[in-house]
Amino acid sequence: MPKRIVVDGNEAAAYGALLAKPDMCAVFPITPQSSVGEKVATFIANGDLKADLLDVEGEHSVLSMLQGGALAGARTFTATCGQGLAFMFEPYFRSPNLRLPIVMCIVCRDGITPQCVWGGQQDAMTVKEVGWIQMHCENNQEITDSIVMAYRIGEHSDVMLPVNVCFDGNFLSYAAEPVEIVDEEIADKFMGENNVNWHAALDPERPMAIDPLTGMTAPGGEAFARYREGQCKGMQNSLRVIPEIHKEWKELTGHDFAPLIEEYRLDDAEHAIMTIGSMTGAGKDAVDVARDKGKKVGLIKVKTFRPWPLKAMVSALSKIKALSVVDRSVNFGWNCGPLYQEVLATLPFLDKKIPLVSLIGGLAGTDLTIDHMAEAIKTAEDAAQGKVAEETIWLNKMY
Amino acid sequence: MYEIRFHGRGGQGSVMGAQMLNKALLDEGKYAVTIPAFGFERRGAPVQAYLKFDDKVIRQHTNVRFPHCVICIDPTVPNTVNIFEGMQDNGVAVLCTNKSLKELKLDPKVKKVGLCNAINIAKEVIGRTITNTIMLGAFIKTTGFVSLESLNKAMGEMAFRDAALEKNIVAVKKGFEETQVYEL
Repeated sequence: MPKRIVVDGNEAAAYGALLAKPDMCAVFPITPQSSVGEKVATFIANGDLKADLLDVEGEHSVLSMLQGGALAGARTFTATCGQGLAFMFEPYFRSPNLRLPIVMCIVCRDGITPQCVWGGQQDAMTVKEVGWIQMHCENNQEITDSIVMAYRIGEHSDVMLPVNVCFDGNFLSYAAEPVEIVDEEIADKFMGENNVNWHAALDPERPMAIDPLTGMTAPGGEAFARYREGQCKGMQNSLRVIPEIHKEWKELTGHDFAPLIEEYRLDDAEHAIMTIGSMTGAGKDAVDVARDKGKKVGLIKVKTFRPWPLKAMVSALSKIKALSVVDRSVNFGWNCGPLYQEVLATLPFLDKKIPLVSLIGGLAGTDLTIDHMAEAIKTAEDAAQGKVAEETIWLNKMY
Repeated sequence: MYEIRFHGRGGQGSVMGAQMLNKALLDEGKYAVTIPAFGFERRGAPVQAYLKFDDKVIRQHTNVRFPHCVICIDPTVPNTVNIFEGMQDNGVAVLCTNKSLKELKLDPKVKKVGLCNAINIAKEVIGRTITNTIMLGAFIKTTGFVSLESLNKAMGEMAFRDAALEKNIVAVKKGFEETQVYEL
């Protein structure tokens, strides 16, 4: 029988690792992620999880150690955020390029400065072009389940990429709510055999050069380009694999999460809001309130942000006349939210151009309430009627 | 949906208290979401924790701005924080205090009050002024939303650091018994 327990998001992440049974976990504390590592270490200390625990001196070492582990065939797990992710950047960039299916949570934290240890998705959005798959979670159940699924997605031989399971600091990391933990046997059946290092291995039985120098000498840049092309194909293949794995998980557990994007009350909607992460719950509640008032509004939740689920997005956007995008981070180059910019890049694939509105809120642990979501809905409704906000709208701003 | 805001000081266990109540509510078939709101973790600073519960799944992960009930587990926090901010009509207040009802300044929207001298109970039973579980006993006496049995069971699932589980079970019972409830 699955058990229902009350856990916060960080504990939910550790339970995901417990179910997936990684061989190696590396930990280093940084708020609001620290208790992921603490709980994993507790599982290992109690003998619940039979994995090597690497208590290393910083995030750069965390990921470097996991790369070595993955090259030796180990399933690996860690979590980080914010400045920790910044310090990890050098091995972080190498992980997808080595095609290693490492699973790492980003417990999203806003970027300093001003000083801030609170939630915001600036860290995850800043690394969106590094080549990791990114899945963003709405609630604690989705955190646990997505971590288990992340291994199967990353290890798929058509993908071979590391996966970030992202969830909001504060509003999920410390939010406690009921989560159903599936039976160990079911998770074991789902996980199957390791498929980590068949292509690139530190293995005396299979000697091979890992990460050789390419560049000016033959085969040189051509080999590099071929490698990059394969990486991009792996990313695109994951758009097929992610739904397959979600379907398999649903059949085994009954837990149903939209793999790429979720359309909520969108079929007869005239306008919609787009959300990502923990704000989605308040967004859905706000949509219900507006629907009760007769407004034809829906919601699009982005689960898979990298790679960008273009086809699913085009299909969803084709149903509506206007969209407001709520971001929990900032795109400094375009004076809008990063998610908004992605939608902007999707517009040429639609049969008709639809107006978009960018809203940014929930930075540095501030609350995105149903009222804020109602404001987003109103801006989408206005846009559908031709009154499109020209500038980015900043929610929870101090005036 | 019923919304509760806990007020206390860092180290007294407001956040843990809210999580224990969450587990007790799950045991009785309810669905609750608990979210703490604090700054840098430090002992003594005013902290808040939020709990929402319902018969159905709660989707929103948001703070409590308009509480139906306020639980204040420290007698001095109301001197520095307006614990009644955003209080809903027919509000409930569960307060840690050694004062009488007449001596307290309450918000006019508060219509039911539970008063508990939890500091005294904590000193006597636990040996330190950790009041979270005692005030949950006071909350149960005031509202009847969950049973003492469910709360005791929930406490059994927590990793107690500052006092043993047995002491807290005694403390909760005393909190329940010694709380005075007033309808206003």
